[in-house]
Amino acid sequence: MGVKLLLEHAHIEGIRFYDAYRKNGGYRSVEKALKMTPEEIVEEVKKSGLRGRGGAGFPTGMKWGFLAKPEGVPRHLVCNADESEPGTFKDRYLMEFLPHLLIEGLIVSSFALGSHHTYIYIRGEYVWVAEILEQAIAEAKLNGWLGKNILGTGFDCEIYVHRGAGAYICGEETALIESLEGKRGNPRIKPPFPAIQGVWMRPTVVNNVETLAAVVPIINMGGAEYAKIGIGKSTGTKLLSACGNINKPGIYEIDMTISVEEFIYSDEYCGGIPKGKKLKACIPGGSSVPILPANLLLKTAKGETRIMSYEGLADGGFTTGSMMGSGGFEVFDEDQCVVRHTMTLARFYNHESCGQCSPCREGTGWMYKILKNIEYGKGKISDIDLLWDIQRKIEGNTICPLGDAAAWPVAAAIRHFRDEFEWHVLNPAESQERNYGLAHYADPIHVPVAI
Amino acid sequence: MIKFSEDKLNKVEELMARYPEGKQKSALIPVLHLAQDTFDGWLDVPVMDYVAELLHITPIEVYEVASFYSMFNLKPVGKYLFEVCRTGPCMLNGSDDIIEYIKVKLGVQEGQTTADGLFTLKPVECLGACGYAPMMQLGKTYREHLTKEKIDSIVEECTRAAAN
Ligand SMILES: Cc1cc2nc3c(=O)[nH]c(=O)nc-3n(C[C@H](O)[C@H](O)[C@H](O)COP(=O)(O)O)c2cc1C
Ligand code: SF4
Ligand code: FES
Repeated sequence: MGVKLLLEHAHIEGIRFYDAYRKNGGYRSVEKALKMTPEEIVEEVKKSGLRGRGGAGFPTGMKWGFLAKPEGVPRHLVCNADESEPGTFKDRYLMEFLPHLLIEGLIVSSFALGSHHTYIYIRGEYVWVAEILEQAIAEAKLNGWLGKNILGTGFDCEIYVHRGAGAYICGEETALIESLEGKRGNPRIKPPFPAIQGVWMRPTVVNNVETLAAVVPIINMGGAEYAKIGIGKSTGTKLLSACGNINKPGIYEIDMTISVEEFIYSDEYCGGIPKGKKLKACIPGGSSVPILPANLLLKTAKGETRIMSYEGLADGGFTTGSMMGSGGFEVFDEDQCVVRHTMTLARFYNHESCGQCSPCREGTGWMYKILKNIEYGKGKISDIDLLWDIQRKIEGNTICPLGDAAAWPVAAAIRHFRDEFEWHVLNPAESQERNYGLAHYADPIHVPVAI
Repeated sequence: MIKFSEDKLNKVEELMARYPEGKQKSALIPVLHLAQDTFDGWLDVPVMDYVAELLHITPIEVYEVASFYSMFNLKPVGKYLFEVCRTGPCMLNGSDDIIEYIKVKLGVQEGQTTADGLFTLKPVECLGACGYAPMMQLGKTYREHLTKEKIDSIVEECTRAAAN
């Protein structure tokens, strides 16, 4: 059993409510943190090596250090609970079953950053989760953890839940800020960065739900102790939401030392693939990160066992590796079709593009159209090169990273599964009847041996 | 006449008070949710104008927001909106078959409403329930691990509820 820092108490009856949560050591970190200075808290978070759990993996302590503190201007902490990246559903679990853990993390973080009005921006569809959070906030307030003069320290803090209304792009932090201001979710051009001018042009920190929840164990155990868990720059624990073709889909907390193979096949985690089918491919970190065929997933191009850490999943760069991303781990069995899956993602990004930049607005639509043709047996071989060309022209040429996020899955699918695309084009009738199958995607890769 | 009840007007006040002085526009999305829930599940132009008036902003500011977010319906929808997810992870678990089954069962195409005004089928993109696929949103809840049998019983449940 690995270390559990976030989900340690998740199985306890009634932990969703204040009494059980408090009885099991809840809110200790607030008692401790409010005796520290804000700078000391930021220092502990820096020492912990915590990296943003929303997808980009940026060091949280460093981000907090950038927050501008002009005299007389209020600052805000905003919790990003927009969670809309396909494959990702971990924040929902945390909020649904351990709402007080998030509230506790938010109080400590708000104190560290000097935010007296903190907002949780939650995706609009999570209606009941928003209600659970509102209830937890009310309980916390009733018990003196929120409101005026918390624990007699003179620190005032309110937390508000703000529901979005269906837009993946509002997970991007500047789009989220626009949306919180009551506007369309159009990402802003940076700079200025939110740390200088964020919501209502005030200095703002936007962090993911899991990032802010992780502040609780960091304060309780100390940043240095937290940093001892994991390997290298992958410190602490990470929540993964596992889905696709596995026996036990759900949320798992891992310390980032286990192998990908163990994660997929061990009964402690995904429990293997249903009906004893073979592994074909996997998207290990949410729909935006590169898909890998089974052989490159379990072993790196150098032939080493691939580890479930930020560095391990990224080993090989985009040529032969992928990314930890948001922790949305999606497994494909041997009967799945990579072309069809890529088509659904292209449709997703096309639907979610805010439309501000032409490469993203137009390019995502073209990619969807071409992929649809290939999937439905109307493609040409030249379409595959055209797809490659379009994705390359989107990447890096847009205001926000949604453009890249739309380009990468298409690029990786063609890079690793080109023959599956070609098979669709060359066998239009057959491809409507059956899928390409496992082919050679699980075959061992020839690794040159040094003589 | 489009008007919130006293209770709901208080709720609007409470929502507006969550944001700083002069930034009441921030309450727009929460208030639009309230309006859509109150006025038949969609946002007709007079409803949006009413929201603009409540928040002291111009109607165009409301229209541009309402048209951006996929949860806001700018056209009438059935009493029961089946929003079935069809993105990759759900697709791997058979969402295509579920959508096909609903089409046949209700006799509608994507985006259409049944003649009795009860059901609308709307395929949507990932709802954050990928591990519990296939799934759909129905009102304020998620229905997960869908099967054809489950669809049958959900339709029955809705039909019964509508008759009462
Ligand atoms: C298109 C797009 C969607 C995103 N969606 C989310 C999201 O749903 N949740 C999230 O925490 N971060 C999301 N992010 C990342 C945020 O912009 C931001 O980096 C993150 O909230 C920072 O928090 P962290 O440092 O704690 O990870 C998204 C980014 C992009 C470009
Ligand atoms: S990259 Fe796409 S989503 Fe991002 S700002 Fe440009 S058009 Fe909008
Ligand atoms: S893909 Fe359907 S809920 Fe995520």
